[in-house]
Amino acid sequence: MFDVHEMEVNFGPQHPSTHGVLRVLLKIDGERILEAKPIIGYLHRGTEKLFEHMAYPQCIPHTDRMDYVAAATNNLGFVETVEKLMGVTPNIPRRAQLMRVMLSELQRISSHLLWLATHAIDIGAMTPFFYTFREREQILDLFEDYCGARLTLNCMRIGGMPDDITPNWLDDVEAFVDKFDAAVDEYESLLTTNRIWKRRTVGIGVLSPEEAIEWGITGPPLRGSGVEWDLRRAQPYECYTELEFEVPVGINGDTYDRYLVRMVEMRQSNRILKQCIPLIKQTPAGDIKAKISKVIRPPEGEVYHSIESPKGEIGYYIVADGKTQNAYRCHVRPPSFVNLQALPAMAKGHLISDLVALIGTIDIVLGEVDR
Amino acid sequence: MSELTPPSSPPPATPPVPAVPPAAAPPARSVDDIKRDPLVAGAVSRIGDAVLDAKDFVHELTLFIDRDRIVDVCWAFKDDGYVYLVDLCGVDYSKFPGHTGARFSVVYTLYSFQKNARVRLRVWTNDKEPVPSVTSVWKTANWHERETFDMLGIEFSGHPNLERILMWEGFNGFPLRKDFPIRGIDTGARIYPEVFPEGGGPKPGSTGKDAKDVNLYKGEWKRYGAWPAAQIGGGGNGAKAAPAKAAAPAAKPAVAAAAPAAVVEEAGDDEEAN
Repeated sequence: MFDVHEMEVNFGPQHPSTHGVLRVLLKIDGERILEAKPIIGYLHRGTEKLFEHMAYPQCIPHTDRMDYVAAATNNLGFVETVEKLMGVTPNIPRRAQLMRVMLSELQRISSHLLWLATHAIDIGAMTPFFYTFREREQILDLFEDYCGARLTLNCMRIGGMPDDITPNWLDDVEAFVDKFDAAVDEYESLLTTNRIWKRRTVGIGVLSPEEAIEWGITGPPLRGSGVEWDLRRAQPYECYTELEFEVPVGINGDTYDRYLVRMVEMRQSNRILKQCIPLIKQTPAGDIKAKISKVIRPPEGEVYHSIESPKGEIGYYIVADGKTQNAYRCHVRPPSFVNLQALPAMAKGHLISDLVALIGTIDIVLGEVDR
Repeated sequence: MSELTPPSSPPPATPPVPAVPPAAAPPARSVDDIKRDPLVAGAVSRIGDAVLDAKDFVHELTLFIDRDRIVDVCWAFKDDGYVYLVDLCGVDYSKFPGHTGARFSVVYTLYSFQKNARVRLRVWTNDKEPVPSVTSVWKTANWHERETFDMLGIEFSGHPNLERILMWEGFNGFPLRKDFPIRGIDTGARIYPEVFPEGGGPKPGSTGKDAKDVNLYKGEWKRYGAWPAAQIGGGGNGAKAAPAKAAAPAAKPAVAAAAPAAVVEEAGDDEEAN
């Protein structure tokens, strides 16, 4: 038998595979991880403190900067929470609802594309990066056409949307969704049956469904463990009730299953987009904002609302005092923060190179972890 | 645009009525009525005496729980199907209009897959009154409680490693408390605790080897207790420089002379914060 030589190694915070400024303190024996301890906070900007000092509409740009690769869903979660607090959720015009759904689904695809590119590069497959960024670029162009920004969109308002879409934009989206399924086929042809890819992902970081719920995991990692739970289906918001889509689930709960789940999710998002385009053409142009008071001063109360972001359940908990225009307290429940917590349990006993795969498969964004 | 009015504008004399009343304007359900709600009835039948109060706002149930019984209550809810702890956070109620009583509230949001519903539990607590940790009920509570401790200074008894998670170790203060200025306070980083006492920090561009490099603040932290007696400076206040004990005695008076200005600046920060 060999002796155990314990060694402590810092993985990050400036490691290219940690997707930002994550630092993991590793206790290793050779290549084998005995213990992993994530250390976070390098990107802490006090967003929740800032929320307390700003009027509600001023908070929306700050939500962009939490999960900066999925700004639209962050905006959506925040504005829906304030709408729920004000009691205006049923008043949102249908056109605005459909626009919100379309932007969220485009954002989900773009977030998953970025995840696939970086995840594959971490594991050693360079090629998918070039394929996925080709489509991601088109989505960012669509965002740019709509709101002028590519990443920090600030594309939703309390009570509706800032601007109406143009028919040209719809045509562009239509052109994109028609080609996108074939693009996903291309990505899958590179990876799904690739022997190296499977050797690196099958059986790595297995999470049982009970364990996943115990750790509070949501989003694709939870579905990869076989729990069919998606907030768009469980507690539908906007107009998801009338849209058809499937919630993919995995079987083994390993990295490969989570990969498959996200691939199917991209196809399902594309399916939702295809359904939205004819629906939105039937709605009257310009009807994008509910009649709400110009000064947003919700009644006293507390509310928690969450939506399905690409990473999982993003929730906002707002306490309003009923007298001021800013939240008394606004807490964000970021999916990445909660999902990252399971990393030590998943990494134990694996090799260091698998840790890179695990960080990729949880799909963290440190802007959201640290806020 | 009027909706971009700075939030610092004084609130109007009368609380304004929102233009659109809440869709689910609750006809103020009684506590017993909420306790009988099918969402919570199962758990409440076991721990009903620990429920101090209850509220229903936009169909979201909030139960106020006796602080010492929170672990039992969480077990009761977990056994009743609320297997998923969605969120745990704290709120500082010290500046809430009309609020009296305990300063902090810890908020637990639970979710049940079978009922497809959320329930919120809340406990009241004060400074130095620890809340029992629910890490034994849900593993995910670990980081949530660490964050609550880090941001608000609420202590959790029985937590396996209650340490700061977002702020750095040695940070002196709790940022989400209402009396913490939004501009922040210059607490510095305690990178080398034996060189830099808590609450101080290295000057920009310094090597960190000499006491002259230390950005010493000798005033009293008005909100966060007195300046800790440390190796450098010996815990004097203001202009009177205490005789240096160990490190770099020559540097001592020069550093202390700069301290009063820092005190004045600190006082200005607090006024500006709100």
